[in-house]
Amino acid sequence: MQISEERRSIKATVIWQINQIAEEERKTLPPLADDLVLLDSGLDSLAIAVLVARLEETLGLDPFTESDDIAYPVTLGAFIRFYQDAAGSK
Amino acid sequence: MKAIRDALGSASASSGRFLWGANTSVSLSDLRIGSSLGGRLRELAGRSVLVATRDQLSAALALIELDGVAHRLVICPPDLSSDHLPAVIHKAGVEAIVSDRDLDDQGSLGGRLHVDCSVALTQADRAQVDRRATEWVLLTSGTTGAPKMLVHSFAALTASIKGGQNQGAEVVWGTFYDIRRYGGLQIFLRAVLGHGSLVLSSADESSEDYLSRLRAHAATHISGTPSHWRRALMSPSARAIAPHYVRLSGEIADQAILNTLRSFYPQAAIGHAYASTEAGVGFEVTDGLEGFPASLVGAGGEVELKVEGGSLRIRSPRTALGYVGEGRSALMDAEGFVDTDDIVEPRGDRYYFLGRRSGIINVGGLKVYPEEVEAVINRHPSVRMSLVRPRRSPITGSLVVADVVLNGEPEPDFKREILRLCHESLATHKIPATIRFVPTLDVAAAGKLARQHA
Repeated sequence: MQISEERRSIKATVIWQINQIAEEERKTLPPLADDLVLLDSGLDSLAIAVLVARLEETLGLDPFTESDDIAYPVTLGAFIRFYQDAAGSK
Repeated sequence: MKAIRDALGSASASSGRFLWGANTSVSLSDLRIGSSLGGRLRELAGRSVLVATRDQLSAALALIELDGVAHRLVICPPDLSSDHLPAVIHKAGVEAIVSDRDLDDQGSLGGRLHVDCSVALTQADRAQVDRRATEWVLLTSGTTGAPKMLVHSFAALTASIKGGQNQGAEVVWGTFYDIRRYGGLQIFLRAVLGHGSLVLSSADESSEDYLSRLRAHAATHISGTPSHWRRALMSPSARAIAPHYVRLSGEIADQAILNTLRSFYPQAAIGHAYASTEAGVGFEVTDGLEGFPASLVGAGGEVELKVEGGSLRIRSPRTALGYVGEGRSALMDAEGFVDTDDIVEPRGDRYYFLGRRSGIINVGGLKVYPEEVEAVINRHPSVRMSLVRPRRSPITGSLVVADVVLNGEPEPDFKREILRLCHESLATHKIPATIRFVPTLDVAAAGKLARQHA
């Protein structure tokens, strides 16, 4: 399956922002694999809220607010796909 | 019962004392024999008078003449929306309007006595005017909705002004605050009831121009909000003035602005006063530190402080009597304490201001006072001022975000450094999710940072 440049760059941005927040909060994260459960990652709901706010700033996307029907992504992979799909439907 | 004019004393006592406006000035000794009201003072005696001038100097002259003559003085701040004017006039029972402009275009004023006020004085005979204690009505600087109107006695307004202190003939006051608001009025009264002069600011002039005039008149005692001062310190003229006394009030004075003023004006006494239109002048802190000594709470004395439900409450002879048309109970509790709605927190032997009760941001059920976060951000040496505001979040309801004005150009590490400061001193939910560098922040007419909460 071909992954578009845009999807790749969104994934990189999400990972970079997660690492950034972890560094600010002095937290050590487990490896950021696709099947990592977000709330097991060491990031609490506040940190995820901050992540969403920063991603809106850098990507111009807030799929949580833009979509009417939110299935909250449980894993990191689903979270990233959520953003990739939102970008693709723009 | 003494009125302002009585304090001007003899011709010799008031000679050499001036009120300086942006374009013209008035000698206080001329005011003893002259009138800004075209000799129509008698028509205003015993009436409820609205002072609605464009120019601050005109307002100053009218207040000096009308105190002790009018039944009630309703002071219209410069930025009062004309939409609110009819309600103010109605509620305060205004019978006459003193103004330096043509008010005919505002039909709601019709039928009431209109007296022109001018900075060009004319000779006037005052001998036949009856004397009385005048009620002063001040409007609050609410950002939304109709302003609240508070009734003060002249005794309450002047109760914090002590003879001897800052009252020498060489004292030249300056105020970034408009004198038609409580904070500025305190400075006006200190100037005219003492032996000094006063340099008035003008809405039309920049802080640069006002600072130049403060320098030209060798102002010694200068007052403003922390926002006024942060703006003034950005001006090249800030180093040209050499005040002996720097006063802050109207907003929380954080350690950063106190330290910056200390380094700009090493020769000056720097004090931050706690005052509000409702509670009057509470106290002044002069030890150079933010917050105030916990020993002030519950200590008794003329001004009594207590903290209840997190907010500072004040009982003193300096508080307002009440809101226009309402009983005392709307303003104060059964014991006579006024709730300031300013939230304070004890840490060690001091209390610190967290912010206004109405400004609370709710982050996932936890409270954040924007002012507390701003005080931390402002500690960064490159930050001039900051505004913390809520941002909607799909996860936590709200988050806090910060708009920051820098002293110079942004550098790549600034955001990280500011966040580090926040992490060192604040709980995680108070740390801004995002930081944006902006060229300026709005400062409302009352000299306070414009906040958008309801």
